[in-house]
Amino acid sequence: MSQKILIDPVTRIGGHGKISINLDAAGEVERAQFHVSEYRGFEKFCEGRPMWELAGITARICGICPVSHLLASSKTVEKIMGVQIPSAGKKLRRLINSAQIVQSHALSFFHLSSPDFFLGWDYDPAKRNIFGLMANDPEIARAGIRLRQFGQKIIEFLAGRKIHSAGIVPGGMEFPLTEEARQWILDRLPEEIETTRKTIAIFKKVLDKYPEEANIFGNFPTLYMGLVGEDNVWENYEGKIRVTDSEGNIIADDLNEDNYQDFIGEAVEPGTYLKYPYYKPWGYPKGDYRVGPLARLNICSRMGTIKADRELLEYRDRAGVVATSSFYFHYARLVEILASLERIEQLLDDSEILSTRIRATAGINNLEGVGVSEAPRGILFHHYKVDENGAIAKVNLIIATGQNNLSMNKTVTQVAKHYIRGNDIPEEIINRIEASIRAFDPCLGCTTHATGQMPLHIQLLSSEGEIVNEIWRD
Amino acid sequence: MSVKTLTINGELISARAGDTILQAAKDNGIYIPTLCHLEGLSDIGACRMCMVEVEGINKLLSACVTEVAEGMVVATNTEKLKEYRRMNMELIFAEGNHTCAVCVANSNCELQDTAVAVGMEHTRFSYRFPDRGVDLSHPQFGIDRNRCILCTRCVRVCDEIEGAHVWDIANRGEEAEIVSGLNQPWGEVDACTACGKCVNACPTGAISYKGSSVAVMQRDRGRIPFLAAAREKQQWTR
Ligand code: SF4
Ligand code: SF4
Repeated sequence: MSQKILIDPVTRIGGHGKISINLDAAGEVERAQFHVSEYRGFEKFCEGRPMWELAGITARICGICPVSHLLASSKTVEKIMGVQIPSAGKKLRRLINSAQIVQSHALSFFHLSSPDFFLGWDYDPAKRNIFGLMANDPEIARAGIRLRQFGQKIIEFLAGRKIHSAGIVPGGMEFPLTEEARQWILDRLPEEIETTRKTIAIFKKVLDKYPEEANIFGNFPTLYMGLVGEDNVWENYEGKIRVTDSEGNIIADDLNEDNYQDFIGEAVEPGTYLKYPYYKPWGYPKGDYRVGPLARLNICSRMGTIKADRELLEYRDRAGVVATSSFYFHYARLVEILASLERIEQLLDDSEILSTRIRATAGINNLEGVGVSEAPRGILFHHYKVDENGAIAKVNLIIATGQNNLSMNKTVTQVAKHYIRGNDIPEEIINRIEASIRAFDPCLGCTTHATGQMPLHIQLLSSEGEIVNEIWRD
Repeated sequence: MSVKTLTINGELISARAGDTILQAAKDNGIYIPTLCHLEGLSDIGACRMCMVEVEGINKLLSACVTEVAEGMVVATNTEKLKEYRRMNMELIFAEGNHTCAVCVANSNCELQDTAVAVGMEHTRFSYRFPDRGVDLSHPQFGIDRNRCILCTRCVRVCDEIEGAHVWDIANRGEEAEIVSGLNQPWGEVDACTACGKCVNACPTGAISYKGSSVAVMQRDRGRIPFLAAAREKQQWTR
């Protein structure tokens, strides 16, 4: 009798996800699936809206990385307008996207994942959260919270509000940077760089302590996709799209987002509304690719800033020239925080950064546009078609969490196969399954649950659909 | 100029004959919420936010269209009025699609501000989610009827100040909507001079500058009273 184990997070917010684990007749894990949140509704209700509003509407998809959608959407509308935004506007966007990476990665690392590393997977679940970390190691917890606030503060300076900001608009930016804000950021930077370096040092000890987890949390070859800048430098705002494999070969380079449909296919699986993006030339499911910090570090040759580049060397020393284990997402995130902080510093020294010439205007000059940007979780595509007045006729979004979907399934399968024996799933195994998904930092409501623990509903189902075991965890 | 004395909320005040209760209250620093009223335009008492109680009269009166009278005893803030206003506001919200979070006027909106002022926290009525059109055919401006509260400020400003009379109300009841020209796309209405007065008059996110993204719409509310006063008194500086 083959069985199905369902892990179904009960969420308070719209995003919902669940894990189902299929057992074979012998009771061994056969296959596992992580069902990512349904965001397609957004595409539907954008239809008919003025295209300029889409930045604000799509920013609502995710409360953690609204800046990413604001950027991708604005870039898409700029394609329709046919404008080049002022160079100071572009620099402000680079600044805000770097800040966004800092705050989002800090949330993922400190608030959500670090309790697992620093307190351990077997630690009392009621205390294995940011508050428990606070009690155990107040210094690191506080530093992590401050690091996130730092990123949010920069976003607030540039966008008016830290969560659903409005400052990124088609054509450029709405608000210039003030000298006071610039000074505030500069004053706080050394502290945040220090926090990041210390955290990296601690994380290396975690890697030494948990070689098993580092090795089985989603360790398999895939393709990697993301933006690279000039000279193959790590990039987060604009550049060429590159695809590499797990041997480090460049499979495709200099791809243009306008033709994304030529290189990204979207497969449909029975039993879910979700689409599984794959690298089209390789077919499905062979064309599985990962995006986000792990991918960005795999496809570039250097970070482009001194401290981060030094760290990248050690990262590659440990993870291999191409990091194939998803556990290294965490490490990659820390390296990216460091690089982003250094970039922020460079941008603030730019003579143009306080300029008020930051927005271009134009009418509707094209009826279609594709915009791309690097969200903290990975490369993000927006594709709009409009009528001659700028009303949206069609929207297609390819978001990071969706692109990592295939790999998340493989990861959950790998972890479940390794740990699950029989119908019982002890707490520490649920935690490891949860943590393996969290390595990808999926943008779901449930993963950002206040205390950092996903509320889970685990169901063990027989092949006839009858429940053989059920676990609720709030 | 003859003067009338009356009491508002127990306070004895004097007002010019011919003034409305709203005007008299305003001159004496007494707040009465409004939506369809806009300084410089005629008043029509459409939104019912400014309802007041007048002693001896058994129904509620709109302060914007009721003239002051000698010895009048007015109450603007009784429990009954507060409850009515809140309910009125809830009905306005339930009737249209006021998704503030993604609206161009968010945090710059008279409807939002007035809802806060009357203490509306939620609506007890179910939302109707109407499917009204968005017209982006005008080269500079757009209208999203989903956010329209039928205050007719656009109708009046275009007719009374600009003299173009582009806007009207078509249909009745829940079908009622603002139309341009003879129910043509706004961009095809020759009468429109693209002056932007309706954009400045609209209290919600219904009429906006094209290209506005969420929460960035700013209006110059002072422009219309200035124009009205300028015409009337021949004072052309602001
Ligand atoms: S832009 Fe001016 S003329 Fe045109 S509809 Fe508005 S108020 Fe009337
Ligand atoms: S479009 Fe604006 S000004 Fe005109 S009636 Fe509607 S809410 Fe009032």
